[in-house]
Amino acid sequence: MAVRISIGDTSFLSQDGESLLDCLSRNGVSVPHSCRSGVCQSCLMQVTAGPAPEAAQIGLKPTLQQQKFVLACQCKSDQDISVAFPGAAGGDLPAVIAGKDRLNHNVLRLYLKPDGDFSCEPGQYLTLINRDGVARSYSVANDPARDGHIELHIRLLKDGLMSGFIEKAGIGEPVTIRGPAGSCFYVRGDGAYPIVLAGTGTGLAPLYGVARQALAHGHTGEIRLLHGALREADLYLVAELQDLALRHPNFHYIPCVLKGEAERFYRAGNIEEITMSILPGDKSRTHLFLCGAPEFVTALKRKAFLGGVASKHIFSDAFLPTKSAPVAA
Amino acid sequence: MASLYERLGGANAVNAAVDIFYRKVLADDRVNGFFDDVDMDRQIAKQKGFLTMAFGGPNSYTGKSMRDGHKHLVARGLNDAHVDAIIEILGSTLSELGVAAADIAEVAAIAESVRKDVLNR
Ligand SMILES: Cc1cc2nc3c(=O)[nH]c(=O)nc-3n(C[C@H](O)[C@H](O)[C@H](O)COP(=O)(O)OP(=O)(O)OC[C@H]3O[C@@H](n4cnc5c(N)ncnc54)[C@H](O)[C@@H]3O)c2cc1C
Ligand code: FES
Repeated sequence: MAVRISIGDTSFLSQDGESLLDCLSRNGVSVPHSCRSGVCQSCLMQVTAGPAPEAAQIGLKPTLQQQKFVLACQCKSDQDISVAFPGAAGGDLPAVIAGKDRLNHNVLRLYLKPDGDFSCEPGQYLTLINRDGVARSYSVANDPARDGHIELHIRLLKDGLMSGFIEKAGIGEPVTIRGPAGSCFYVRGDGAYPIVLAGTGTGLAPLYGVARQALAHGHTGEIRLLHGALREADLYLVAELQDLALRHPNFHYIPCVLKGEAERFYRAGNIEEITMSILPGDKSRTHLFLCGAPEFVTALKRKAFLGGVASKHIFSDAFLPTKSAPVAA
Repeated sequence: MASLYERLGGANAVNAAVDIFYRKVLADDRVNGFFDDVDMDRQIAKQKGFLTMAFGGPNSYTGKSMRDGHKHLVARGLNDAHVDAIIEILGSTLSELGVAAADIAEVAAIAESVRKDVLNR
């Protein structure tokens, strides 16, 4: 059954089973998007007339749900609806690039200064939108409310639309940020449970945020942070993490290099296996954080769960890459 | 007398059972093929819904939603033997949690009552 989708003063008929994102894109309306999986939240839109499908609101904050915000890539309405772009009501905030530095041969650290109040838990992610309307998710490595700026770690990809843009962008470049979202963050509790953080590549960004937040709150349980890299040169923040371990006896930094050599400062081998081998005996109380490559996150999540870690204590963000539009039939 | 759902312990029982139940499902070669390519967080949420229903608790399942929700699995070969296996795993989960045999039988009967819808017959 075809339904009518109105935006501004135009409207379109959506095809059977087509998402709001696909319908608008097919008709030449450009909607920022990336994962097409309901995760990155870059395709946020607001329903201004008609019902908001429940399935399109999964993962959104209650305040946004109440205002009938939806994820366009997950939105399949069986009734006519009117929609609008989110704007300030959806939490869009202007920001500028305040600084950049290199963390290794292909990772940049980006500092953003929001023009207004932005707070999130370290480890959550935000949507970064540039002047061309490209939208991508990035995880926050610090506590922005405390520091007055946002720290992101961005892996430079060949032909990457956003990472390429950031590599070239100058200080003062205006961007838009939206969010935060995600549940990868430190929960205070009794502060004594064991924490294991494992990430590949820039998956370190949220974990670095969670670890520093846990230590700042005086967490007393053991914290183990494993950073997986293909080669030694792909590790980063090594000195900072080693220093953190020196200052906090309950914090342990375990770099893992897949193509590594024996008897170096890191462990040579597969981060999945190394993580499984160092899981504390007290598995049912262990909180496990997994971030980075989707295959890694999915596989280790399952292994750790089967190994005895409680599902409610597993927090993960798979860094899903951008998916292109389905080819028209 | 308290309802089955109350006797089992309500939402707490569902939360206690879901990890044990889903671990058994993932470890069981008869059925784990149906769960290979699905997101674990979403599965845990779905299994909670299933357990709440099977425990006689409040749920929003209808015959139609059961049918729609399993159509793609039936197309992949879901049959009576798989439903038997799930009911068996449900029973061993509950006995591990110390649930009385009579209550386990009641749960199995509820799970049994949706077999036709699950298999789209
Ligand atoms: C919840 C979430 C959190 C994220 N957090 C971070 C973060 O903290 N840091 C970070 O760097 N990224 C993060 N990402 C990924 C990020 O959103 C972008 O997908 C990534 O930066 C690539 O964007 P781009 O525009 O530079 O490249 P695109 O223009 O999207 O892609 C360029 C090319 O690279 C390929 N490609 C894309 N991803 C990969 C990959 N992983 N490996 C190999 N090739 C690839 C594409 O197929 C394409 O050919 C996160 C993603 C999600 C969903
Ligand atoms: S959530 Fe819709 S594109 Fe990522």
